[in-house]
Amino acid sequence: MITIIDYKAGNLTSVKLAFEHIGQKVKITDRPSDILSAEKIVFPGVGAAQSAMDNLKSLNILDAIKKVIADGIPFFGICIGMQLLFESSQEDGGTTCTGILPGSVKKFKTDDKFCKIPQMGWNTVKITKPHQIFAGIEDNSEFYFVHSYYPDCSNKNYIIGQTEYADAVFSSAVAKENIVAVQFHPERSGRIGLKMLENFGTWNGR
Amino acid sequence: MLTKRIIPCLDVRDRKVTKGVRFQNNIDLGDPIEMAVAYSDGGCDELVFYDITASAQGRGIDIDMVRDVAKAVHIPFAVGGGISTIEDIRQVLLAGAEKVSVNSLAVRNPDIIAQGAKLFGSQCIVLGMDPVKVEDKGKFPSGYEITTQGFRTRTGMDALEWAKKAEGLGAGEIVVNSVDADGTQEGFEITLTRMIAESVKIPVVASGGGGTCKHLIDVFNNAKADAAIIASMIHTGRFTIRQIKDELIAAGIPIRKKW
Repeated sequence: MITIIDYKAGNLTSVKLAFEHIGQKVKITDRPSDILSAEKIVFPGVGAAQSAMDNLKSLNILDAIKKVIADGIPFFGICIGMQLLFESSQEDGGTTCTGILPGSVKKFKTDDKFCKIPQMGWNTVKITKPHQIFAGIEDNSEFYFVHSYYPDCSNKNYIIGQTEYADAVFSSAVAKENIVAVQFHPERSGRIGLKMLENFGTWNGR
Repeated sequence: MLTKRIIPCLDVRDRKVTKGVRFQNNIDLGDPIEMAVAYSDGGCDELVFYDITASAQGRGIDIDMVRDVAKAVHIPFAVGGGISTIEDIRQVLLAGAEKVSVNSLAVRNPDIIAQGAKLFGSQCIVLGMDPVKVEDKGKFPSGYEITTQGFRTRTGMDALEWAKKAEGLGAGEIVVNSVDADGTQEGFEITLTRMIAESVKIPVVASGGGGTCKHLIDVFNNAKADAAIIASMIHTGRFTIRQIKDELIAAGIPIRKKW
């Protein structure tokens, strides 16, 4: 059973359908008690960092998230769900995030009028460190991205995948103990993205 | 490197994919779900469905079909045509679409772009436009006027001004669907697509006129489009997505290679 945290940060339909497609049972919840009893957690989300943080607090789920991470439950952050794991984000004039991972989230900059922000579309992920989440996935496979801000993980040991866009070579996939997090959308990344979700489904977090 | 997207367009009426030339003489091509799966498995980067309407429901959007598509394909897809309210947008996104494309609705009520962007995020709100080339540069500085209902209604709006306005309202992407080129397979509209791509900071998608790989190479290299919508060239079976992508890769265009 995959527990997807619903903290009113975007549409969860595609994440739910993708996990169901690979045969996983899915529970969508905003209750701390459900999070605390979960076997595996997906922390998705699109939208702005500040309102997402505000929602985590008002729903009282931030402590539950920290608890399950400390308890070793496999935890998968996607897009904003990844960004919120870092210490801060430049979004919304500066947002304090959870600080579960070291580093910050920065805005893409470019002088090229044809380099659009947000980055929207398929970009390659260079695997910089092997991890079970990449099992059966070739190096430099493309995944679907939609974002204006990118994670900059300050501990290189946690970076497992990198992607280039605009002025940045950024941490598009990170892992630390039972946490894995990606900036792209595996649920929208076709067969290769589904393979990644399958890998999460079989990963024990170690 | 971010890759250029190839987006098959499926015009759907009563759960059948159709294709016409300049919006006329539509013929049935097949089942939309089967075709969506085949194109997705074949390597397309995104899909767009236009006019998903259910006649039995008085031409409302066929939400069941959107749901079926979302269950069957796991790449981004957009739904356009038949959207008339913010509630329609919500329903389509909740059913699993990544994006909603508004066209004539946005011309009538530009605020729908702002409302949609605020409620669901700019990345979900695509402005579709049907520009036509005009002589009167005094009235239309870009040389293109926005039409609705496939050329039938002229709006008096300049295409470039409309693109900038829509970006300002919060649109996340603009589809430039050339009325002159639609269904002709004689090449995309290069001039206007490039003019818009240079002037807005959001991605620009070229649509209408794609018939050969050369046309796609032109639209990426010369019009600087971020993505291109194709229909006839694949619906007829003349090309597979793989063939198209191989040619674009050989021409040095950044294209998604693994799927």
